[in-house]
Amino acid sequence: MTTPTPRTPVPVHSPREAPSPVHSPREAPPSPASSTPGGVGSSPRRPDGTLKVTGEFAYSSDMWMDDMLWGATLRSPHPHARIRGIDVTGAVRMPGVHAVLTHEDVPGEKRYGLEYRDQPVLAFGKVRYRGEPVAIVAADHPETARRALDRVRVDYEVLEPVSDPVRAAFDPDCPLVHEAGEDLPPAHPAHHRSGNRVRYQPVRTGAFADGATAAEVRALADVVVTGEYQVGMQDQAFLGPESGLAVPAEDGGVDLHIATQWLHVDQSQIAPCLGLPPEKVRLTLAGVGGAFGAREDMSMQVHACMLALRTGRPVKIVYNREESFHGHVHRHPARLRYEHGATRDGRLVYATAEIVLDGGAYASTTAAVVGVASSLGLGPYEIPHARVDAYGVYTTNPPCGAMRGFGAVQACFCYESQLDRLAAELGLHPVELRIRNAMSEGSRTATGQRVDMPLPMADMLRRAREMPMPPERAAAGPVDVRALPGGVANTSRGEGVRRGVGYGVGLKNLCFSEGFDDYSTARVRLEVVGGEPAVQVHTAAAEVGQGLVTIKGQIARTELGVERVTVLPSDTRVGSAGSSSASRQSYMTGGAVRAACLAVRARVFELVRAAGLVGDDHPDELLGLAGGKVVSGARGVLVSLADLLGASAVEETREFRHRATEMLDPTTGQGASHTQFGMCVHRAVVDVDVDLGLVKVVALDAVQDVGRVLHPQQLAGQIQGGSAQGLGLALMEEIQVSGSVIRNPSFTDYLIPTILDVPPMRIEVLEHPDPHAPYGLRGAGEPPTLSSTPAIVAAVRAATGRPLSRIPVRPEDIVGIERD
Amino acid sequence: MPAQTLTATLHVNGREHALPDLDPRTTLLDALRESLGLTGTKKGCGLGHCGACTVLADGRRILSCMALAALYEGREITTIEGLAPEGGAARPHPLQQAFVERDAFQCGYCTPGQIMSAAGLIDEGRTGSPEEIREFMSGNLCRCGAYANIVAAVADVARTPLVPGAREPEQGRS
Repeated sequence: MTTPTPRTPVPVHSPREAPSPVHSPREAPPSPASSTPGGVGSSPRRPDGTLKVTGEFAYSSDMWMDDMLWGATLRSPHPHARIRGIDVTGAVRMPGVHAVLTHEDVPGEKRYGLEYRDQPVLAFGKVRYRGEPVAIVAADHPETARRALDRVRVDYEVLEPVSDPVRAAFDPDCPLVHEAGEDLPPAHPAHHRSGNRVRYQPVRTGAFADGATAAEVRALADVVVTGEYQVGMQDQAFLGPESGLAVPAEDGGVDLHIATQWLHVDQSQIAPCLGLPPEKVRLTLAGVGGAFGAREDMSMQVHACMLALRTGRPVKIVYNREESFHGHVHRHPARLRYEHGATRDGRLVYATAEIVLDGGAYASTTAAVVGVASSLGLGPYEIPHARVDAYGVYTTNPPCGAMRGFGAVQACFCYESQLDRLAAELGLHPVELRIRNAMSEGSRTATGQRVDMPLPMADMLRRAREMPMPPERAAAGPVDVRALPGGVANTSRGEGVRRGVGYGVGLKNLCFSEGFDDYSTARVRLEVVGGEPAVQVHTAAAEVGQGLVTIKGQIARTELGVERVTVLPSDTRVGSAGSSSASRQSYMTGGAVRAACLAVRARVFELVRAAGLVGDDHPDELLGLAGGKVVSGARGVLVSLADLLGASAVEETREFRHRATEMLDPTTGQGASHTQFGMCVHRAVVDVDVDLGLVKVVALDAVQDVGRVLHPQQLAGQIQGGSAQGLGLALMEEIQVSGSVIRNPSFTDYLIPTILDVPPMRIEVLEHPDPHAPYGLRGAGEPPTLSSTPAIVAAVRAATGRPLSRIPVRPEDIVGIERD
Repeated sequence: MPAQTLTATLHVNGREHALPDLDPRTTLLDALRESLGLTGTKKGCGLGHCGACTVLADGRRILSCMALAALYEGREITTIEGLAPEGGAARPHPLQQAFVERDAFQCGYCTPGQIMSAAGLIDEGRTGSPEEIREFMSGNLCRCGAYANIVAAVADVARTPLVPGAREPEQGRS
């Protein structure tokens, strides 16, 4: 048996410095660069970059074995139906077909799931969303496999879909998506699961904690604003569709090459379904074509393994784009109702929020999304009396789960819209109102958690306001149609174009929350190769484009003073790294690599002492590693690593954990549930054609505190990318679902921002270190996704005067055409 | 399997490849990836919306997912693997180098399409300004949002004048 197209180890040699893409304000502490070239604080090239630009980097869909079969998936055409029977005989008889499997063929557990194992590997009893996998086929050609799917006969009894999440949350007569008991694993008692509710989480502070009614608390305020909001279903829309290659092994196990965000959580779900011990299900990360949360849940993992084990042949499955829209979870759409009260001088007195998140057919991460939406539902503001009720529900809509900024994105749009309404009522500048109520270090969130790290929100808001404005539109003269909203598609001469400015700020939890045992593992090996010291770093962490492979190399160089670092492919031969999500990998896997390096360092110093290189007259002298040598603070170079190590290697493996977090109290929502907080502030400038309903984002500038910059160039990329996805949610991105059916599963009809839609950004990065985090760093990937959306919508409101309480904003919302 | 197949010869990256038993419905993209093993060209949407499958045909940009392989007999196809005259990671094309130096990608899945599109764009002479680069690169989606750096990378290679005071090239550099 041959091995699949390998993903070669990624050598990191002679890093070259890139121009720093980050504006560091003069007041901020400089990022102390490592003394080793290519270390922490510099911008070495991505070690996988050359492979990616030459087409040699092997994404999961590029895997190939000569004897492999192709898998395909039969999906339910109905969002809600009872399965009376499945007849596969027609498909089995087709030439070229090697296996046709249904739920009866699942060797072990018939369900899997990230939080609750409620999702069937292959449907049985009922289907609960349109596109749910019902049967799988392996054939010698992908077209044969697809045609075989047409020969599988499924007898459905169609049921009424459960499409309305508000009804699912509150109507006791609403049909159940999951019949209690028979097909649901037990729920966490603190999650208040009942009926179609996956989780309900209340939060109460101040008078609300003492049982005060809304009317009583309302009397404390001079000014009250209320709002009802809707957030549409956003798709992660990674460009590399779901794919993987499963290879049966001689020991009865399976090797899976897969694009995922978390190898070990896949392994822990796949193995029970296959009825195999975990060590017989070995995963290797294949190249990942974007993730953004959508690969935290599994897609075709178990299917490919089942087909490979059944046929004894390697099996590759690749989704096409339409299937991808049905094959992964999306961002939870939400209905939200907010009320804010303030004094005449602009101090927030109270706020309430009722948040209903549509989890769709299976739980996925819905409980965690509720945990974030409830705890951060009112944002980064000091509010004496707070009441939040957050619900995550089952419906027969497409399952929803993780997407960049989950739970916090939906809430941020609403609380920021509320602050703008309040500012208008009070006659205050929106930035001024935010500064008056801004949280800072020492503040407590609505869950009573003290913010024990810098949170320079007021300063960030001032900086955003003071950034240079883009030039005004020319009042007269020739019109460059490309500069108009809609670009060359604009049919006017710009008569209806109005400019608006808006601000947004959001608060995001970073790393995993609510008592989760969150850790990462790293193995670091130092040895001499070709006369030079060289380091190997091995983790299971998923590189999804965020640049973690670069960061791992930088940390190893910094801590070991060795330039030559090789980052090994990520696989399950080393302990779990946790998920590439929650902005956590620089913190967690960065922390683990650092810890393993420090352990290697300590071993090296022991060797130095054992070799008698530290004399009796220098028992306490400070040792360091630099330039491939052991150095003494007092006496300079003691020995080169090449001479010290010779043919021996030093290898250490370490687990790294962040500090423990607490569960939220199930009735008051109190608890220090979060590890770290991240914040970004955006200022958006838009031109809106109020006649045509078109928007052009002219500027989208950002201020973000990241604690410590590890790689300035990659950091800028994270801020730009997060901002672009927030722009998409503000203006164009929505999976349109009616009757629980996706109406636009293609890039023809699901729009994502193009190079013309995303403006150049001005970015200011602050570095106020978090004393609890490695290097003082703060996760950076998600916060920009929160704040860019409300900033853009506020700017469109300023340009149009429309209330715009729904995202994405549609042309008819701008023009003011009523919808039924 | 289809009732009728045909034999076609594709010229790809300066080499001839005979494709016996070609299903006439095979796209150029599938032929490149599955018959010739040239997996550098990516399939993002299969419907011509994302640009990940961009290759050059006689120097012009085309979407290989919307092209039938059989119709490209006799045309000179260039893919990401053949962009650099000597090929491979050892001697990348200036555009490939610029994309690395400008960090003009994250996950990299759209990158071969972006680079082939940029190569076509430069030959078309559509690189007079950052705005023009944006206009004529707008058929290539990048979900990671590396657009600013893509513009910078293309401008570097095209030697596009970076207008003083313009926000584009100066953005991201202190």
